[in-house]
Amino acid sequence: MSEMNSDCGCKKAALVQDDIREPISRRNLMLKIGAGLNVIAGALVGVPLVGYVLSAFSREPKNSWVRLGRLTEFREGETRLAVYRNPVSQPWDGDTAEIPCWVRRIEGESFQVFAINCTHLGCPVRWFEQSRLFMCPCHGGAFYEDGSHASGPPPRGLFEYEVKVEDGELRVFGGHLPTLAEPLRKEES
Amino acid sequence: MRNPMLKSIALWLEDRLHIANLFESTAGHKVPPSTNSWFYVFGSGTLLCFVLQIITGTLLAFVYVPSASQAWTSLQYLNNEQFLGWFLRAMHNWGSIFMVAIMSAHLIQTFLFGAYKYPRELTWVSGCVLFLCTLGMAFTGQILRFDQDAYWGLGIGASIMGRVPFVGANLVHLMLGGPIIAAQTLSRFFSLHVFIVPGFIIALLSLHLRLVLTKGINEYPQAGHAVRKDSYEAEYEEMIRKTGVPFVPHVIGKDLIFSALVMTGVVACALVFGPMGPSGPPDPTLIHTAPKPDFYFLPIFAALALLPPYMETFLLLVAPVVGIAILVLLPFYSGTGEKSYRQRPIAVVVVLLALLTAGLLAYSGTYAPWSPHMEAWRRDVTPAVYLKGRSPLELQGAILIQSKQCRNCHALGEEGGLRGPALDTVATRLTSDQLVRQVIQGSGNMPAYAKNLRPAEVTALVAFLETLRPTYQPAARDANTHSADKR
Repeated sequence: MSEMNSDCGCKKAALVQDDIREPISRRNLMLKIGAGLNVIAGALVGVPLVGYVLSAFSREPKNSWVRLGRLTEFREGETRLAVYRNPVSQPWDGDTAEIPCWVRRIEGESFQVFAINCTHLGCPVRWFEQSRLFMCPCHGGAFYEDGSHASGPPPRGLFEYEVKVEDGELRVFGGHLPTLAEPLRKEES
Repeated sequence: MRNPMLKSIALWLEDRLHIANLFESTAGHKVPPSTNSWFYVFGSGTLLCFVLQIITGTLLAFVYVPSASQAWTSLQYLNNEQFLGWFLRAMHNWGSIFMVAIMSAHLIQTFLFGAYKYPRELTWVSGCVLFLCTLGMAFTGQILRFDQDAYWGLGIGASIMGRVPFVGANLVHLMLGGPIIAAQTLSRFFSLHVFIVPGFIIALLSLHLRLVLTKGINEYPQAGHAVRKDSYEAEYEEMIRKTGVPFVPHVIGKDLIFSALVMTGVVACALVFGPMGPSGPPDPTLIHTAPKPDFYFLPIFAALALLPPYMETFLLLVAPVVGIAILVLLPFYSGTGEKSYRQRPIAVVVVLLALLTAGLLAYSGTYAPWSPHMEAWRRDVTPAVYLKGRSPLELQGAILIQSKQCRNCHALGEEGGLRGPALDTVATRLTSDQLVRQVIQGSGNMPAYAKNLRPAEVTALVAFLETLRPTYQPAARDANTHSADKR
């Protein structure tokens, strides 16, 4: 009896094991298919998301010529602030799309237009008429009236716009925040 | 429980939720009795601040408008119109200051107590990343206070990004969400501050707390008791088995007291000091501004002024990476050995030096001696004693010192900029020839004024500068001329 019992038990156990083993391999297959499908579906979801976020990483040049004012608004030998609305802007940008710059009319139609941003870390430089210097409030950078570096930590002179005079108007080629990696004029980068 | 109704509800909940089990494996887990110490309250204090920030932040988002054209106005509304809006803004600001401060204390304590050593490497790593995330929250939060400082702070961030080789311009574009600091910039910083970084913090915090449970909290270290990989875990288990006490209720008391103090502190500071800003509106055409970051970033702001320009880009881009790597990888190169700070003099010196450096830089950042005083030339007075009994030529020089904006960088009578040396005793240091040369050619940090001063003006200016010395100190003499005279 006992032998039969044990025999029987063995057979049953073997049967049960087979029963389990078979579904396990089927489950493995399902797991693999499921995981594979999810990799594909995940890519379908993920690639557009990454594309959406990284769209800002690639930059198409959207700069264009913007008007700063009539020539008569700038006096020869003087440097003054001028403001333009960024060529690319949204209604909800508010004041942030109003970009200031320093216009220096040397004489006649010869102009220099400088970005407001210090070349050190982008703070707004101020013009001092009497000492004919631009001074930066952040870390004490100073620039001469022609934009060249005078003192302090800035690694170069002020960023300078491309300028043209057309129909009695002063225009500059602008549209982005100048940095050391991307100054305002192509030949500088 | 006397009330049978309550008892049956409690039993039903226990049956469905297994609360007793949950309690034993979390709040009631056994800890070394030595951790019942005031040094062990900073972690829970930081967590409390985080919860407080989530609550006040969520409520501020009821009113705040994350739009470049309206954010500043909505902050004004919060400050002045919304009932208790000012108080919530103040709580959120002070909550962040407390959080950074207490988290720093937590970092220093775990460092000095060797808590990062085997087998708690990941607890340390996750904690370091949490620290960086918290600083990220401080920076992005400062941007959401969309005022002048936020606007130019973004400009500083973009300028730093612009120094990265090869992809600098792309990174600037990615950070700003466009070619200029504008609407997209604020919106993405809002998303970072409100969704992305807090999400990371919650995930990392879960890992951090899970690790505290699985690998146990660091015991109060004893000098002379070194960590060895082959024996530490067995020793720790033995200690917990023999002397361990449940965290709740045996150890949590001090954490509770500290938490109550922190909350009271936040409320008190909010009440007394009120909300921070916003300063002027984020209008880039308002250039009469001196941007300054919140105090956590003052040391960096100061370092950027004081670093020699030639190593600045290198240090800006490389030093943070190296510094963070040294911090995060600490348990992997110093994972065993002595834990107690009593046996680790270098660790103590490192902490003191780090605190001293950050403190001194932050201190100099608060008064920024490197920045010209933009209004000094027309506001600061000339001490009467420097004008008394002077010739017309010298007086003309005194006027030029104001009108040519020398005072923006040079102090007279302790008023004026600190960028250059004070001029009160300049005649004892420089002869008239040297003064002329310095004014015309500049040198060091001084621009050259040759183009902006007529010869007669230079003569007048130097004539005045030559009078600037105390009567008891002789004027500077040219060594060459002087020795030649003697011969």
